[in-house]
Amino acid sequence: MTDSALPSRLQVSDPDISFQRRERRLEAIRTEALRTGRVEAIGARPAGSPIPIASVETGYYGIPMLKEPQWSWEIPIYFFVGGAAGAAAVIAEFAQMTGAETELVNDARTVTAIGAILSPALLVSDLGVPSRFLNMLRVFKVQSPMSVGVYIVSLFGPSATAAKIVNWARRNGSGPILKIIEGTAGLFAALTGLGMATYTGVLIGATAIPVWNENIDTLPTHFALSGLAAGVSAIQLMGHEESRALNVLGIAASAGETLEGMKLEMEKKPASEAIKKGLSGTITRLGGVLSGPLPLALRLAAMFTKDSRSRNLVRAASAASLAGSLLTRMGWIRAGHSSARDYRLPLQIPTESSKLKAPQAQRMRARQKSKSFAERSYDRAL
Amino acid sequence: MSATTAFLTDSTLCIGCKACEVACKEWNDLGEDGLNWTGFSYDNTGAVGHSTWRHVKFVEHPPEIGHGGNSPDVASWTFSSDVCKHCENAGCLEACPTGSIVRTEFGGVYVQPDICNGCSYCVVACPFGVVQRNKDDGRAFKCTFCYDRQKVGLTPACAHACPTESIKFGELHELRVEAARRLEKLHAEGMEDATFYDPRETSVGGIHAFFITRGDPRQYNLPPQPEIPTIYAERGWKSAAIGAGVLAVGTLLAFLGGRQ
Repeated sequence: MTDSALPSRLQVSDPDISFQRRERRLEAIRTEALRTGRVEAIGARPAGSPIPIASVETGYYGIPMLKEPQWSWEIPIYFFVGGAAGAAAVIAEFAQMTGAETELVNDARTVTAIGAILSPALLVSDLGVPSRFLNMLRVFKVQSPMSVGVYIVSLFGPSATAAKIVNWARRNGSGPILKIIEGTAGLFAALTGLGMATYTGVLIGATAIPVWNENIDTLPTHFALSGLAAGVSAIQLMGHEESRALNVLGIAASAGETLEGMKLEMEKKPASEAIKKGLSGTITRLGGVLSGPLPLALRLAAMFTKDSRSRNLVRAASAASLAGSLLTRMGWIRAGHSSARDYRLPLQIPTESSKLKAPQAQRMRARQKSKSFAERSYDRAL
Repeated sequence: MSATTAFLTDSTLCIGCKACEVACKEWNDLGEDGLNWTGFSYDNTGAVGHSTWRHVKFVEHPPEIGHGGNSPDVASWTFSSDVCKHCENAGCLEACPTGSIVRTEFGGVYVQPDICNGCSYCVVACPFGVVQRNKDDGRAFKCTFCYDRQKVGLTPACAHACPTESIKFGELHELRVEAARRLEKLHAEGMEDATFYDPRETSVGGIHAFFITRGDPRQYNLPPQPEIPTIYAERGWKSAAIGAGVLAVGTLLAFLGGRQ
């Protein structure tokens, strides 16, 4: 049953909440009521409590002050695609400069070009009305990572595509002029590619979302390594499992991601709950394992094996890295959502010392408080 | 140059009539928010958003004499009309990649609807959670500080409609002085928990829509330390430079080493 088929009484103003989801929620409430004998939810007056309380501990009834990010599904995918393509552009250019095998250069240019074409498409799709993208190009604001990023994408796309077209044209008999053109376009793509792989970390870090701005010092580097791992893996899956340079890069990137993951796990910051707990935490952690220790182990194992076995290990590592990079971006975006929903963070209400997380403690405290207030009132009245 | 204008919203005078919400919606032709019960107190609006530019907060306390109601079993009340803070250093304005968000000659922060392209970066750049993207329309909306009315010398709709002068509109510096005077008076009259909210010591550098509340401003969802997100950007670009350097040098070394 779709929402539009429902009577207006059952329509919800938020189109994101589907009818099925609301029905499932009703089932969940029923289960909780059966199991615990009472149901607690934000906004519902807890059983036994006279009135909701706005207090220093609960903020404004626990209503989140910050707005959640409103990007659609395209954005985390763009972060992944753009990061991988940016790193692939750097690989393609240095591979060509150092005289690596032609096949590797060709495939790296292909990965770059696919990403370079997909990236603006994803961004435009997020805006809804495609022509609105042009509004971004009427100004340049160095203080806005979004503005800087738009220009990076806009330069990266054409240069990466041009490099691939010339690279393709050169396939049958290469002229020196075409090679220079490819190299120049590729150099532009590599330079802007460095931006593509890193700026998204600044983009989300320089915001009011606590879990993002708290990690601003490492997010861009984290995303660069994630992009490198994904770029290397995408190229290797095209039949370059034995490229020594790519294998070294793959090991380095997954080792870096392992260190980054360890750092994130060990750190205790007020907002880090979002990348450790709940669905966003699960996705981020799964992404961390798939981009760090797992491919690292597989790649190291591949070093000590031979032939088809080694190739298979590298392929498995590459698949893990690609999935890990995508999940990392999705996890961080989701973490931004749950971080924005946590009303305690912007109000600087302690998250660890506060016992509010346990509903019973919360209820008891509210009751005690209301009692003492009431008693005080009676005292004054008398 | 026009004078910089401001709102002083005084919750000690607010009666929660929602005239400001209605006046704002009517003057600015804003859509309805849907007739949903929030289940929080008597406040069924919840928060400011793309179609709610003024929002009356209903801050309920356990019964306390002299704090709203006078009966020991009736909840105590304070109301406060929330609005875009029109920050001195505005996160949304700095973040906007189209230049749609501008500073008006009255010092307000204004989203030009014909330029906004709906990238929604301002939504995550606002330290007060004010700006919101309208999902149907795709663009972001927030309080305009009644730029159209101010242009022709009129008071913003909400302040004009307010029956108790809880929403005062005037010149920024004069209003700050008036707020200080009002606070002094309230304290002298025994309302010791009256607080002035204007975060001037943070990177936001003060706001053009400040508040007098009772008790801790956090009960009103006013953050104790709002920061403009651009303060994080420098550290971010530093990390990006490190990332780019590692990426470039690492790749070069890998391929140079791979040649042999």
